[in-house]
Amino acid sequence: MTMGESPAIQVERLSMRFGRQWVLRELDFTVDKGEVVALVGGSGSGKTTLLRAIIGLLRPTQGHVRLFGEPLFSGDAKRDRLLRRRVGMLFQHGALFSAFNVYENVAFPLRELKVLDEDLIRDLVRLKLSMVELLPRHAWLMPAELSGGMMKRAALARALSLEPELLLLDEPTTGLDPDRSESFVHLIRSLRDELELTVVLVTHDLETLGALATRVAVLAEQRILAFGTLDEVMGADHPFVHNFFRTGRSQRALQRAEQ
Amino acid sequence: MVLQGEWTLAAIGLAYPRLRARLEQHCDRLDLEWDLSGVDALDSVGALMLWRAWERRMPGRVRMRPDQAPVFERIRLAEEKGVLRKAPRSPFEWLMAIGDLAFKAGRNLREITILVGQLLLDLGHILRHPGDMPWRETSANLYKSGVRAMPVTALVGFLIGVVLSYLSALQLKSFGADVYIINILGIGIIRELGPVLVAVLVAGRSGSAMTAQLGVMRVTEEIDALAVMGVSRTLRLVFPKVLALALAVPLLVLWTSFVAIIGGMVSARFQLDISYAFFIDTLPKVVPVANLWIALFKGFTFGILVALIASHFGLQVKPNTESLSANTTSSVVTAITIVILVDAIYAIATRRIGMPT
Ligand SMILES: Nc1ncnc2c1ncn2[C@@H]1O[C@H](COP(=O)(O)OP(=O)(O)OP(=O)(O)O)[C@@H](O)[C@H]1O
Ligand SMILES: [Mg+2]
Repeated sequence: MTMGESPAIQVERLSMRFGRQWVLRELDFTVDKGEVVALVGGSGSGKTTLLRAIIGLLRPTQGHVRLFGEPLFSGDAKRDRLLRRRVGMLFQHGALFSAFNVYENVAFPLRELKVLDEDLIRDLVRLKLSMVELLPRHAWLMPAELSGGMMKRAALARALSLEPELLLLDEPTTGLDPDRSESFVHLIRSLRDELELTVVLVTHDLETLGALATRVAVLAEQRILAFGTLDEVMGADHPFVHNFFRTGRSQRALQRAEQ
Repeated sequence: MVLQGEWTLAAIGLAYPRLRARLEQHCDRLDLEWDLSGVDALDSVGALMLWRAWERRMPGRVRMRPDQAPVFERIRLAEEKGVLRKAPRSPFEWLMAIGDLAFKAGRNLREITILVGQLLLDLGHILRHPGDMPWRETSANLYKSGVRAMPVTALVGFLIGVVLSYLSALQLKSFGADVYIINILGIGIIRELGPVLVAVLVAGRSGSAMTAQLGVMRVTEEIDALAVMGVSRTLRLVFPKVLALALAVPLLVLWTSFVAIIGGMVSARFQLDISYAFFIDTLPKVVPVANLWIALFKGFTFGILVALIASHFGLQVKPNTESLSANTTSSVVTAITIVILVDAIYAIATRRIGMPT
């Protein structure tokens, strides 16, 4: 992969409105290739909304989003689809297809490509499931038969199935036990090292954040309030940053992450 | 063998079959040295293609960069965990399917019986504690499945009345039995067509909506949330639906029969020159009032049946979309079938009542 000049994500003066409520206002956000950006912010501050706007599920009320230098809504349906294929998204609530079992869920995007043969797809599904630490026998379960954490991991396997260059993760570690969070951190790290994967993850889990993020973005008051390395962000003077990072519990979690 | 370029899903894309064929040509050459160090990008699709060409093990001589090793390590790990294999199919699957069907029918019958029992208990509870009566839900259901159904039932009723009158008039004219049009329309619509027509429309319109609503509440665990709060789901969700349809359907039957007879009357006026005044005057003489009571009673029971069946199938929905659509279909089909079956039973049971002598 050649080193691209254009950033993976470029959000310019983005505003989002639901009814009469502005959720995001004049928000700028740029993520370079190969970065792992943690997006933090209070509940209801618009993190999910921002991710949905980045992947094009929501049309911005104002402003633009560019992915890999290309505009998200180019007007050419085929180009938009190809662009979206380069992005994988893990939804906050999994969003697995409830009528398919786990195997079919992970295989679905691969089959949609219509070039791979079923043997390779089976190997790929096995690999993705093993990457997220699901056992082969879990492949035949329906989403309703999974635990909350298993659902998250199956959804992550599906998000990884098209070998995305950009991965958007909405609270990937909520519902995972500490051990699984740890292996999730390892997985994302090694994927990034091997493939120059770009990751934006929404998380409230400071240990994951400390271990993984190259930069941290704080979303509050409808915009990105602070954006930089963890140390830079922790130095910012804002009540949310104080409450989020500087309580005793947060400090201990961050220390654990550093070890 | 020196590999170059991008070995990723995006880059391989449509070239996959060609590339696979070329790799297969070399797979039996064990002496080959593989050099991956010139590969720019390698994702799991590219790595798996190579792995399969290598017959699922690392070849004896291979050169790769350190950052390329982990993906093969992951593949090896996945392989160790075992293969993805479905449980083998039994040769007696068709027999099991038939058995399943029988069990399912039995289970449905049992569950509906339990539901009826529970509703009777709820009724007793409400008679003792009138404060627990779910008024709001009942009135909402009454409005949704009663008032909102009036236009469509009127339209269908009117057209059926016109068509029935027109077709009968053609026959009656040739026998010179013109006035019997009033008997045919009166008995046919009031006693038979009105109730069945309304029940079928309500099953399709409100029954499906009720099943879908309860089904989605199952899928989103709302029903479990109700249970946790100690709210009886039959009392809060099923009872208002049954009560609303028990009230709404007889009224809709009256309304639809009324409009259908008007349709027939208009048609008779043009076809057979039977004046409105004569029609209205004759109708009560040739149609005994017992027919109206039969119609109302039919409407009452059909309403209860449709609501019961719709609620039953709604509560049976499993938390996935497939089950939701299957149960909605079952709900409508079962409700219509049962309504027609019960109507046939009524026809036999009331054969001596309400017929003009
Ligand atoms: N489709 C929608 N219609 C109307 N309002 C919405 C919609 N989606 C989100 N909102 C509102 O936008 C705001 C931001 O929601 P969002 O889901 O982005 O929050 P979040 O930061 O992801 O929160 P959490 O951490 O709890 O997941 C909330 O106030 C929410 O009520
Ligand atoms: Mg969210």
